Amino acid sequence: MGLKQNLHNLKEKYKGTKMAPAFNAIHTFLYLPNDVTHGGTHIKAADDLKRTMNIVIMALIPCLIFGMFNAGFQHYAAIDNSLRTDVLANFFTFDNLWIGIIKVLPLVIVSYAVGLVVEFIFAVIKGHEVEEGYLVTGMLVPLIVPVDTPLWMLAVAVIFGVVIGKEVFGGTGMNILNPALTIRAFLFFAYPTWMSGDKVWVHDAVNRVGTADAISGETILGSYAQSQEVVYSTWDKFFGFIPGSVGETSTFLILLGAAFLIFTKIGSWRIIVSTFLGAAVMGFIFNLIVGAEIITESSKFYGLMNAPWWEQLLIGGLAFGAVFMATDPVTAAQTNKGKWIYGFLAGFIAIMIRVFNPAYPEGVMLAILLMNVFAPTIDHYVVQGNVKKRLKRTKVKTA
Amino acid sequence: MGLLSKKDAVLITDPLLDNNPITIQVLGICSALAITAELKASIVMAVSVMFVLGLGNVVISLMRNIIPSKIRIIVQLVVVATLVIIVDLVLKAFAYELSKTLSVFVGLIITNCIIMGRFEAFALGNGPWRSFLDGIGNAVGYGLILVAVGFFRELLGSGTLLGFKVLGDPIEKTGLYAIGYENNGFMLLSPMALIVVGIIIWVQRTKNKSLIEEN
Repeated sequence: MGLKQNLHNLKEKYKGTKMAPAFNAIHTFLYLPNDVTHGGTHIKAADDLKRTMNIVIMALIPCLIFGMFNAGFQHYAAIDNSLRTDVLANFFTFDNLWIGIIKVLPLVIVSYAVGLVVEFIFAVIKGHEVEEGYLVTGMLVPLIVPVDTPLWMLAVAVIFGVVIGKEVFGGTGMNILNPALTIRAFLFFAYPTWMSGDKVWVHDAVNRVGTADAISGETILGSYAQSQEVVYSTWDKFFGFIPGSVGETSTFLILLGAAFLIFTKIGSWRIIVSTFLGAAVMGFIFNLIVGAEIITESSKFYGLMNAPWWEQLLIGGLAFGAVFMATDPVTAAQTNKGKWIYGFLAGFIAIMIRVFNPAYPEGVMLAILLMNVFAPTIDHYVVQGNVKKRLKRTKVKTA
Repeated sequence: MGLLSKKDAVLITDPLLDNNPITIQVLGICSALAITAELKASIVMAVSVMFVLGLGNVVISLMRNIIPSKIRIIVQLVVVATLVIIVDLVLKAFAYELSKTLSVFVGLIITNCIIMGRFEAFALGNGPWRSFLDGIGNAVGYGLILVAVGFFRELLGSGTLLGFKVLGDPIEKTGLYAIGYENNGFMLLSPMALIVVGIIIWVQRTKNKSLIEEN
């Protein structure tokens, strides 16, 4: 009660000054405001932007916790491969969690601290309320970067992503590109050695290069691209006991999150389903090409093209992208038909980039960013199509 | 400036900031994106454009009364092309490595919108001295942005300035690299040049609100 009252007093005291948005934001984030709307009817829905954001964050929490355990598990399993024979017994251990705590939690803290400071600065300068958009972005970002990402890099990328990806367009709700993916893309292009390859996915692998204890954490996509044998079973891939970015390995938990988002009507099931569908179709086409022996083992595309189409859905960041990135209501298509086209193309192009350009192993990020750019165009044509259809209908009637 | 009348001085100072060819008129963007990964290339490009624009403006201005207006674009092209070929050959003769870095972009000075723009907008209607000042002014305005973009891109992208390792050596891990700093590879890609130009435009218009267009 004390904190709430103090915040309320501070808010009253600074009302109308430059710092007002800052106190207001903290107050409404932590508590229900004291003052309610008087007079007139108003929409009675509990899900304002902050609640919406909180629900997405709740959907992400399992991925985060799993990612913390997985960070440790991949580290120890890379040193002692026998741990993989009995995953369940060796996964939820305190040692694993401890690595998660010292490696993953700092990523979360830096992501939120830097991002919110930027948001607060912009709110104070521009004199509007602090917008809630960063609450989800700040949670997404640590989940889609490799575990050993240096914190300062993350901070630089977050500043870039929030300022250039969002604030210059006018803040939350006005951005063209998904800010979390903008941050990831910035990291990818700015510091490629930290974002791809076989050394970054497992904690401590980078430091051990060239020593007797060297460990390698090739991702499944990396192994496929080099036509190497993949050592992980399908269930490992589904449940996520594989190397990868912090929170995107477990397709199972991501689907749980998806169910939660669809149940609460926050995520669009059309986009989620169509993205998986697009990816499956592209994967299937590649399988057919290999089946027809148009591409043989000598081709550098063989390894990835030959991966079964359903496996393309389990590996890499596809599931995470489909559920948590493509569904971003600001940057996705808005019309129902548009959502199908948008999602389908995002999945389709993601697998295409993944196969044809092994230098960009994560095509999902680039595909969704590309579709973000095209979302308004898709919507435009869907709406125009509807307008035409209805005009035709009226003409027939009057004639 | 005692040398110049107030009216003439404006021709030089105006394009530097409030009527900058890149940030306000948004001309000459292509070369600003393509060759600014290194400061040295930016400087050479700026000087080349200054030569072509300054001299070209004078030539066009001298001929302005005898050029038939129907074929003036062709005449302008011939003048730019001649000057650009001079620049190109001089670069090839005295700075071969650099001319390779700049590659086609020296030749493409011909199509630099700023040059034809100034010929059309200014040199065709003004005397040689004023045209010369206008050409130099615009070229310096263009060069300023080029050098600023080149400075940030080379410093943050390669950790060097004009080839000198100002931030330490990335391979031997000295200087800033010793504490874990890394070069930002994105800075070397053209999209980042666009963003840097965008940030310059942003800062400039925040400082001088009268530059913000109404739409």
